Amino acid sequence: MTHSAARSPPADAVIDVRRICTRFGEAVVHDNVDLRVNPGEIFALVGGSGSGKSTLLREIILLQQPVSGSIRVFGHEVVGMSDEKALPLRRRWGVMFERGALFSALTVAENVGMVLAEHTDLPPHLIREVAAVKIALTGLPAGAGAKFPSELSGGMRKRASLARALALDPELLFLDEPTAGLDPLSASGIDELVRGLRDGLGLTIMMVTHDLDLMWRVADRVAVLGNGTIVGVGTMAELSRSDDPLVRQYFHGPRGRAALEQAWNRK
Amino acid sequence: MSPDFSVQLTGPTRPPGAEASELRCGGNWSIHTIAELELRLADVHWPESGETIVDGSGITVLDTAGAWLLQRTVRQRAARGCVVRVQGLRTEFAALLQLLATHEIALETPIAQPAPWPARLGRRAWSAVAGTHGYLAFVGESALALLGALRHPRRLRWRPILHNVQTAGVEALGITGLLSFLLGIVIAYQGADQLQRFGANIFVVDLVALAMLRELSPLLTAIIIAGRSGSAYAAQIGTMKVTEEIDALRTIGVGAQELLVLPKVVALVIVMPLLTVYTDVTGMLGGMVMANAKLGVGFDVFVDRLDEAVQPSSYWTGLVKAPVFAVIIALVGCYRGFQVGGSSESVGTQTTLSVVQSIFLVIVADALFSIVFLWLDL
Repeated sequence: MTHSAARSPPADAVIDVRRICTRFGEAVVHDNVDLRVNPGEIFALVGGSGSGKSTLLREIILLQQPVSGSIRVFGHEVVGMSDEKALPLRRRWGVMFERGALFSALTVAENVGMVLAEHTDLPPHLIREVAAVKIALTGLPAGAGAKFPSELSGGMRKRASLARALALDPELLFLDEPTAGLDPLSASGIDELVRGLRDGLGLTIMMVTHDLDLMWRVADRVAVLGNGTIVGVGTMAELSRSDDPLVRQYFHGPRGRAALEQAWNRK
Repeated sequence: MSPDFSVQLTGPTRPPGAEASELRCGGNWSIHTIAELELRLADVHWPESGETIVDGSGITVLDTAGAWLLQRTVRQRAARGCVVRVQGLRTEFAALLQLLATHEIALETPIAQPAPWPARLGRRAWSAVAGTHGYLAFVGESALALLGALRHPRRLRWRPILHNVQTAGVEALGITGLLSFLLGIVIAYQGADQLQRFGANIFVVDLVALAMLRELSPLLTAIIIAGRSGSAYAAQIGTMKVTEEIDALRTIGVGAQELLVLPKVVALVIVMPLLTVYTDVTGMLGGMVMANAKLGVGFDVFVDRLDEAVQPSSYWTGLVKAPVFAVIIALVGCYRGFQVGGSSESVGTQTTLSVVQSIFLVIVADALFSIVFLWLDL
């Protein structure tokens, strides 16, 4: 949290979501959602299951289209953008999917190297080296690069997916449930990893998560999605003082309280 | 395009005794320039020993790839016993370099040496043997599951069976009917020329009826079903294997054989003879149309002649193959599905194999039937 305090309010938001509405048939998922992610920030989007946070993420990364509204990423309007125009933008962000989404026919090193081979003209040995660097940066052990995704544990698969997302040194990183399904030790490893990547690589990170510990430890700002709109945005400390019933429900449930106490004890 | 980066080594600058050479780095050190930078660094004439200072104050862009190159250069020098100091980097670049230094980067991904050819040959032979063994084991398991189901007919799952009858049979009526109709037309058309020459127009009935009933209609049906349903079985079971649904079934205590294989086998055994009879009829219709158009054999004459041309045995010999083909197609499709490994690619491989192997085995079985029928004088 010291990071956000130290930063002056930035002029241009990396992600600027305005009045997004999404419907699936009759079901309204988003009703005028507004969101701003500033450069260099670790931004967390939270909300109950089915609150549409993953949908919002998919809309930002051009996998899905909202019914109406505007989403600007790096200042470019992405709603209705063609694939051709989106390509340069897509090279500036990396996405880590919840279940990894690694290509199962390729080894981990090939998964990372494939992105490099597609977008750069590096010779093969440099591709291998850069891939090895990314794999090492995500904290995978030495032998992991030669393994196939089916041979990895869930936590390793997430790290491998992160390595692939980092392949092109993106400026913006999307993490979908980075700690879901991990043991506490691996999860706290991910905490440090996320912070280390932001500080070391100067990334802007937007993540969708349920993990309150992760939010307390790394998120600069958190937005709570509920009833189709943003019910609260702010630092964890601000949100934990919020009066909104949905936010309170989220942060003052039994697990929320435990994470809160832990966070205070750390200070 | 002029390079927007620079590397320059200036020789020992200090007086002898405290020899230090300086590597000045500048510009853009990123993934787009490291290929050229690497070549440039390879050209640098490093001093044999002594201290080297890497001055990074000119670097304006540094990403992980560029940092790696810098890091690697430093490491290589250090490995030669030189003292290397990096200085002048911007704080964020220094942090990045530090980040890389804290991680052990595994470069030597072991490249598996290809085994010598006798070993490979042996392995292939063994895998063929093991594959046959696996097949037989699978057939055995399926037979046991069938026995179990016959002993407790209530445990036979009729809902999936009927569903399979619907998808593999009813929904295949259009394509099988159309193809065998066309096949009937083709046979009559091909025969017409020869028969006309002998004035034996009426024998087109014998030609079409015997060819369709004895051989073509069961074979055609089997090939269509292998491509349509056998492949679907392999892909379905294979995908379930990738998503661990098969393991889930096991933990729930439901046999995969009982739920996935048996209904498919039973459904195809029901459906294939019916489809064969159906394609018998549509094929004959095709022959009739062509006989009428090309040879002037009217529909009524055609049907009259059928009575003499076709022995009941011709009909039965064709029909009896159908359930055998059905068992082959269903079992091969399911077995290939279970052979799928962890990757999506292997779903594709096994699905292809299922079609190729089931058609192969169907034709082998058809040949065996011909031999047996010859012995039995049918």
